[in-house]
Amino acid sequence: MPRRKGAPEVNAGSMADIAFLLLIFFLVTTTIETDAGLDRMLPPMEPPEEDVVIKQKNIFTVNINKNGQLLVEDELMDLKNLRKAAMDFLENGADGSCNYCKGRKDESSSDNPTKAIISLKNDRETKYSTYITVQNELVGAYNDLRNRESQKSFGRDFTDMEAEYLNPETPSNVRDDLKDKVKQIQDKFPQKLSEAETTSN
Amino acid sequence: MAKFAKKKDGDLPAVSTASLPDIVFMLLFFFMTVTTMKDSSLLVENTLPNATEIKKLEKKDRVIYIYVGKPTQEYQKVFGTEPKIQLNDKFASVEEVGSYILAERAKKPQELQNVLTTALKVDRDANMGLIADIKQQLREVNALKVNYTTYEGNAFNNLQ
Repeated sequence: MPRRKGAPEVNAGSMADIAFLLLIFFLVTTTIETDAGLDRMLPPMEPPEEDVVIKQKNIFTVNINKNGQLLVEDELMDLKNLRKAAMDFLENGADGSCNYCKGRKDESSSDNPTKAIISLKNDRETKYSTYITVQNELVGAYNDLRNRESQKSFGRDFTDMEAEYLNPETPSNVRDDLKDKVKQIQDKFPQKLSEAETTSN
Repeated sequence: MAKFAKKKDGDLPAVSTASLPDIVFMLLFFFMTVTTMKDSSLLVENTLPNATEIKKLEKKDRVIYIYVGKPTQEYQKVFGTEPKIQLNDKFASVEEVGSYILAERAKKPQELQNVLTTALKVDRDANMGLIADIKQQLREVNALKVNYTTYEGNAFNNLQ
């Protein structure tokens, strides 16, 4: 009986085609989303209990008007110079207590990086792209300073360390180690970026 | 030689297609489980600005998305060309942002409710007035962690 030889062998040649079809399908449909951006914290609704008195010289005001022009510390400034100006302000160190600052110790500028505050105001008609560019430059000023300190203390960039610290795939022992380092740098240059409500004049 | 001759003139044995339904069902089940209806199609133009100092949004389940931009061509007749807010699959007004955030937050597991980030995907041509209103809404519902989603690139390209 020929039947006893069993069922005829299945031709598996088309299996590869099917697999490729699937592969191509997923390649086409998968979109790698651009989920990266500037992280910011909004101020809470309730104002703080006690009024904090901040000296005018510790505030670095940045105003953006509706045409995208910048008014920094009451002077018109080009966007390209903003990062440098913000860095100069942050590490000015007028009270002399900041031993890692390389600023000019100008009496009319900020006392200390931990006291320095950047205040950002914008018009209701300011374009979003301009706003993002300004935000990017201000965050960049902080990052540049932090990277410098981090290079000096630990021999690697702060942004790099922070990214590894925030990455959930980093093993926990590495993360604990990084946590201290990240904290240490953040304490040296705390990010104090205040955003007032927008004006419409 | 009769044996060989028989093999030569005989056709290839027919492929058993018995397992084909299995494969098809496997695919079907796969797509049924993997497909999420959540992925909303964009109703607004959404060219994000560029930035360099960006951080990645690590976990997708901890993110609530808000889209802002001009309505796309097909909706411009109905909704005009002023930038609008898109929540999930439809246009929304500023006042609805707060309740949307609360609704989305309630959908998440308890342990994630305090670590949610709001990703603002805003078109580069939008005005800050609308963003300021959204931010005010977010503050009111205490959703303070925001991420201005951007592309990676030179930030000065935004100004052109």
